[in-house]
Amino acid sequence: MMREHQLVIIGAGPAGLAAALEAEKAGIEDIVLLERDEYLGGILQQCIHNGFGLDYFGEELTGPEYAERFIDDVRESSVKIRLKTMVLNISSDKKIIAINEEEGMIFLKAQAIILAMGCRERTREAIKIPGTRPAGILTAGTAQRFINIEGYLPGKEVVILGSGDIGLIMARRMALEGAKVKGVLEIMPYSSGLVRNKVQCLDDFGIPLKLQHTVDYIYGKQRLEAVDLIQVDDNFNRLPETRERIECDTLLLSVGLIPENELSRDMGLKLAPGSGGPLVNELRETEIPGVYACGNVLQVHDLVDYVSEEAEVAARGAANFIRDSLKKREKEIIIEPGSGINFVIPHKISYQDESRKLIRHFLRVDEPRENIKIVIRDEAGSRIASFGREIVTPGEMETVKLPETLISEGTDRLNFSIEAEGVEENGKQ
Amino acid sequence: MENNDINENTIVCVNCPRGCRVRVQSQNGEITNITGYQCDLGIDYAKEEFKNPTRILPTTVRVKGGELELVPVKTARPIPKSRIGEAMRELAGVKVQAPVKRGEVVVEDIAGTGIEVVATRSIALSQDQDNTGKKKETS
Amino acid sequence: MKAEYDVIIIGGGVVGTAIARELSRYQLKICLLEKDADVATGTSKANSGIIHAGYNAAKETLKSRLNIESNPQFDRIARDLKVPFQRIGSLVVAFAKEDISRLKKEKQVGLDKGITGLEILNQEELRQKEPEIHPEARAALLAPTAGIISPYLLTIAQAENAVKNGAEIRLKSEAVDIKCKSGAVSAVVTRDGSELNSRVMINAAGLYADEIAALVGENYEITPRKGEYNLFDKEYGDLVNHVIFPMPSEESKGILITPTVEGNLLLGPNSNPVEDKEDLAVTRDGLEEIWEGGRSLYPDLPADGVIASFAGLRASLPGDDFKIEALEEPVGFIDVAGIQSPGLSSAPAIATMVRDILADIAPALPEKLALREADFDPELKKLPSFQDYKERLNKWQDIFLQNPDYGEIICRCEHVTRGEIVAELKKEFTSATLNGIKRRTRAGGGRCQGGFCGPRIAEIIAEKLGISPLEVTKSGPGSEILWARVKDVKPDRDLVYGLGDNK
Repeated sequence: MMREHQLVIIGAGPAGLAAALEAEKAGIEDIVLLERDEYLGGILQQCIHNGFGLDYFGEELTGPEYAERFIDDVRESSVKIRLKTMVLNISSDKKIIAINEEEGMIFLKAQAIILAMGCRERTREAIKIPGTRPAGILTAGTAQRFINIEGYLPGKEVVILGSGDIGLIMARRMALEGAKVKGVLEIMPYSSGLVRNKVQCLDDFGIPLKLQHTVDYIYGKQRLEAVDLIQVDDNFNRLPETRERIECDTLLLSVGLIPENELSRDMGLKLAPGSGGPLVNELRETEIPGVYACGNVLQVHDLVDYVSEEAEVAARGAANFIRDSLKKREKEIIIEPGSGINFVIPHKISYQDESRKLIRHFLRVDEPRENIKIVIRDEAGSRIASFGREIVTPGEMETVKLPETLISEGTDRLNFSIEAEGVEENGKQ
Repeated sequence: MENNDINENTIVCVNCPRGCRVRVQSQNGEITNITGYQCDLGIDYAKEEFKNPTRILPTTVRVKGGELELVPVKTARPIPKSRIGEAMRELAGVKVQAPVKRGEVVVEDIAGTGIEVVATRSIALSQDQDNTGKKKETS
Repeated sequence: MKAEYDVIIIGGGVVGTAIARELSRYQLKICLLEKDADVATGTSKANSGIIHAGYNAAKETLKSRLNIESNPQFDRIARDLKVPFQRIGSLVVAFAKEDISRLKKEKQVGLDKGITGLEILNQEELRQKEPEIHPEARAALLAPTAGIISPYLLTIAQAENAVKNGAEIRLKSEAVDIKCKSGAVSAVVTRDGSELNSRVMINAAGLYADEIAALVGENYEITPRKGEYNLFDKEYGDLVNHVIFPMPSEESKGILITPTVEGNLLLGPNSNPVEDKEDLAVTRDGLEEIWEGGRSLYPDLPADGVIASFAGLRASLPGDDFKIEALEEPVGFIDVAGIQSPGLSSAPAIATMVRDILADIAPALPEKLALREADFDPELKKLPSFQDYKERLNKWQDIFLQNPDYGEIICRCEHVTRGEIVAELKKEFTSATLNGIKRRTRAGGGRCQGGFCGPRIAEIIAEKLGISPLEVTKSGPGSEILWARVKDVKPDRDLVYGLGDNK
């Protein structure tokens, strides 16, 4: 039996929760929220540290607090929640197959779908560390769940590979709970985590951060016994004379996140290089009309605040799609990442919207730079906008708000690039 | 005996990705000079971090009879950095009774700081608890 | 405490369990000893999983004969034991002109020995069957009777079936001594001090066969030879349709590429002698070596598609053939040693050969052993597996309605339900470890490698066994996955270091 709904949202993490609330606010009455875990809130529930919400709520919250503000509202809304429900397949004509322990197989049909599945962590294979395969090697997120939700410490002597925020946060978390964190390794010459996390998670606890270092070998038959650290040069060549054996029973991997797009791929959506998520327009609509993507399934964000905001954009898009009140531009505008930029979201601008003053773009730069400009040029190479930045790093997502009035009618391409401050202006401002 | 040595501490400013290494010179605990900052935020941060470094402490405590074994908590205000170890030791012995409501005070005065520790997540009763909060006997 | 058996098999690999199953057809009291926490933890765990058509048929060897004899039996075995097996055929690919004549010779010898269907494909035919193969591949020898199987599922199923038919399997039981009485074996002593009496000992200890043989005074040496592998995401399972070999060298069949029965793609192995029989480390050089081999067959192999790298060890014996024979003294000791490739492909015939040896030596045993047929059930019951219902999901509802555990997905990558995991844990023969569950159900074996479901599976194991999650292991004692309960460990008071000295 196939049940029909106006809007089905896949995933009840920060993206799914915000999307559900915004869609309801936009007048959609029949919303179903599917979540595979046994609670709402997704990964936020295990991110018990503070630092969330400054942008969205204007105050600093922990992950569970941030989540619960949305959860409380969703619980009081008309949104139908299904927990412990795993979506198995979505077809391009928006039929959804899911399963849970209460109903068994569930078959749904939706007018619009919002993909909000989040991301998963890269594993040891992503970085190909030679050696044995003992117990004691786990991703930082798995360790976080063990410690903060299940209540178990995975080990007592820890090396952490990867200095992104999750790696830094877990270094402090394990030190606080009595484990000895022997060091955090980072293959890049800089940490991709926030400075604040570096100071408050490592320096506060005397945990060394070893830049341009990685794990070269893993020892131990049953349980991890040691790892070899090695330094790399600027071209990532390993320097054998720097190899050093460190005894530890636990190796946490914080080596990157990948948008979790198995369902998107199965429904025929192509994934964009750089962001790793589906191609979307400014409403976060994918190449299948009426199917939207937002949050970490689209691009790995570093601020949950942006996830909530992006989910609301998608939800308003979906609501307008359901009401059939969208107006296409005559020509779609393709957005290209240019020099110094890894990717820009959205990938294109498809709709006309008089009420809209600004279009917000998210982008990631390829390396840290100071005193630069983010420059937007049209297909003729003319500069249509420029945004100065004192400092940009790949670890912190940049956003720019492009005034709609600056886009001329016939434009079909916009190129975003990083240019040095003080380069001569040669186009309209 | 008075120690008139000039001390220098390096404090990394956390206000922006630049992470300025602000150098604070001091004599007898009084700041005599601050250098190495690129904006005023750096001065203020370094002063505060030098005089009284404080942190919000987010962690967990045990729950009795809840749907989960642990409830996440945080100090309601930043506590002195030097009290964090003591606070963790104290919290290791705390067990709260489910249900727990977000914002509920879990400890009134943590590690002698006079600062409260509050729950940051609501924890419902465990499903195998009856409404008295007592665990059902299971064999 | 003493236990009495007719036959003790030492080693729970594909060979040991095949023998246990074969002998469980008879009225024998059988015990299989395995030192690890599960069967198939040595050579039978990490290999290519190929049922060869009749490897190296050109050579007159015991292993060639046993391989050819075994190959046709696998359809029946797979059906009876519910083990996934696919006769996808193999291709030996020639790049140089002179290799084509070698292939032709191989083909003729194979046909003479009764291997059916051998065929030389020209470049066009090859490309039709393998569109992504290296453009310079010129021709190939197709052996349609070659197939793929899961080596550990076969081993596990043989063990389960042997247990079902009355055999006993003792895990975590390492044989450390063999006692003899008047020129015949009499008992095995295990690491925990148990003494198990038997008149027959079958040495199927794989890499350790030489050490077991040394316990009765035999002297030979097993050299471990390492083979490293890359396993690719299922996304790339369709890249290759057959088992693809390069032209073989004297020593080895070379680095091959094959789909697996689970739908992944497998690349490997290289072949390097190592010192240590526990050296399962993958090396940077080794991975580069297999990668190079892979690229020479399929230039478009996706570097970021690898979800697991692992190594296996072959139990190599000088002379390079199987050693399957009974000792004259002590009576009752049978060696089944040096079983490297094609050991998996030969296991059924090895088992029947051992049975025949047993019948032969029976008269010489202190008390004659009779091989009387027993009520043997060759089959295992197929348990519900969600994977099998991918194309008919609505039918899974019938299974769910019998037990709601079949509605809760635990492993998100491989779509394994709680019901499947619990069913494995309830079996008479099982291994309640993360690896044990991973092999039996695939839970934790997908692209995230247990990141999401590891904690959940540990919880289910703890709950079903009535143990603490702290006692749950990855692969047996010593591989505990957790250290302590949070809050039972107290940090130091001076957890926070001095002021501002953040360099």
